[in-house]
Amino acid sequence: MTTTDVMPTVGRPMAPWAAYALVGAGALLMLAPFWFMFVFATQSRTEIFSLPPPLWFGDDLPGNLAILTERIPFWRNLGWSLYVALMSTALTLLFCSMGGYAFACFEFRHKNALFAFVLGTMLLPSFMNMIPTFMIMDVLGWIDQPRALYIPGAASAFGIFLMRQFVLSSVPRELIEAARMDGCSELGIYWRIVLPLLRPALGTLGLITFIASWNNFIGPLVVMRSPENYTLPLALRSLQSPVDTEWGALMTGSAIATLPLLVLFALSSRQLIAGLTAGAVK
Amino acid sequence: MKLPKLLRLSPAAAPYALLLPFFALFAVFGLFPLLFSLWLAFQAWEPTDGLAAMRFVGLGNFAFALQDEWFWKSLKNTAWLAVASGVPQHLVAIPLAVFIHTRLQRLRNVAVGAYFLPYITSTVAISILFASLFSTDFGVVNAVLGRLFGIDAIDWLGQPENIKPAIATVVFWRYVGFNVVLYLAALQTIPKDLYEAATMDGASRWQQFVHITLPGLKPVMYFGVTLSIIGGLQLFEEPFILTGGRGGSDQAGMTTAMYLYRMAFDFNDFGAASAMSWLLFALVVGLTWATHRAFRPKAGQA
Repeated sequence: MTTTDVMPTVGRPMAPWAAYALVGAGALLMLAPFWFMFVFATQSRTEIFSLPPPLWFGDDLPGNLAILTERIPFWRNLGWSLYVALMSTALTLLFCSMGGYAFACFEFRHKNALFAFVLGTMLLPSFMNMIPTFMIMDVLGWIDQPRALYIPGAASAFGIFLMRQFVLSSVPRELIEAARMDGCSELGIYWRIVLPLLRPALGTLGLITFIASWNNFIGPLVVMRSPENYTLPLALRSLQSPVDTEWGALMTGSAIATLPLLVLFALSSRQLIAGLTAGAVK
Repeated sequence: MKLPKLLRLSPAAAPYALLLPFFALFAVFGLFPLLFSLWLAFQAWEPTDGLAAMRFVGLGNFAFALQDEWFWKSLKNTAWLAVASGVPQHLVAIPLAVFIHTRLQRLRNVAVGAYFLPYITSTVAISILFASLFSTDFGVVNAVLGRLFGIDAIDWLGQPENIKPAIATVVFWRYVGFNVVLYLAALQTIPKDLYEAATMDGASRWQQFVHITLPGLKPVMYFGVTLSIIGGLQLFEEPFILTGGRGGSDQAGMTTAMYLYRMAFDFNDFGAASAMSWLLFALVVGLTWATHRAFRPKAGQA
């Protein structure tokens, strides 16, 4: 799509159907690649690369799956992706809700400086971490270990930020004070009062963390070594070859890797979009 | 339920205890590695030699990087890709967001969802798909171009001059919806009565766009452009997958982030790779600062 498609917005008013048609055409362009991904997943390599390209589903899904599971330990890779994403989500929710609560409801020395520092780390580009992450994992003996993928990311600055904002807006300070008066311990307040109130924000952060871990490629690329420990993105990439790529199988694998994301998005797009763009508008 | 004594924290100690996991992890996996890479940038080292084999080489790695033709080539590729994928994102997202904001009532969320969806999907899966769409003889892109415009098949991923446009297309496709959402959120904060007053004064729609909408979007534009710059300069996954991890013919698709990955993990030169990562980081910081300057309110303006 080009800018001229949408310029009439500042010209004369246009009919509603034209507005829908323009935005709709753009939206179709955005969605078309997904359509092809799922169509190609059911086509053999020869059919994918024929003219005209297939636009509708074929019957090669079982064949593609057979090739896929023969070339790579696909289900195992899928299992690792799921395991790493769930562990990463659980740890991130725990640590970020703790940190966000601390930043929102306590006064302590250097609080503002520490929070600014946490925010600053969000702007750190991922390439800065690539080499040192490999080295520290090497030193710790975590190379080729799934924990190298979910433990470092649990210290998510974005998560702390999101949680702090939510605590500020929806956890009444009086409630915490009252619990403290009643003799509730500090960790008890966090666990029994703050955490339940954070449920909506935990849902958002959980979704974001799960998706980020599921899609993570650079992390496993740097630390994972053996194909049976690969997560999905790395396993799919290993199927690419300059001479003899099994495109049908590769598309089936890509479609299976994409499907959970589409389901999650269909169920929670508004929550996800709001969470991912949090902080843009103060 | 009684907690063990050790866990019964005083209100003064509680925030530190609550923040401990985050800062402990961050120190080990964030800060320490970063400082270590700074130190490494001044060493000559190959991982196969063991940690004891490091040798201080002063600015040697930086000198090497700055004299390395491929490093400069990767910087040019990165800049090209960042501009060609970043600028159109905003040029399309701003009018599109205005358009959706003013013209679309029903189906608005569906439309926004469609544009946003690419942002959350696996870059690897999507880049693999695009690699097939861009295939020369039987790819969908060439089929459509041929059918609609009669254009001969283009060798997208094989010819150096075509690789970058192909990568930029994927990057644009992936991030434009994110920017649409940013601008939509900002549009909702512009007071409606500004437009009403302007209409009463006889301002045209174009004048309203230039004098009300664009200034109202400025803070978010600053945010979005900053993210585009930081994101554009660290492009890795899309070019990595589309060029099979090697940068494509004549290294036309090799970004700097990819090059420093190869420098470390393919060529085993961790010192030079660290030096390059700090040079690229300096560029990111410099451009972020320049953006900040460019968007700073001028004297006399609100």
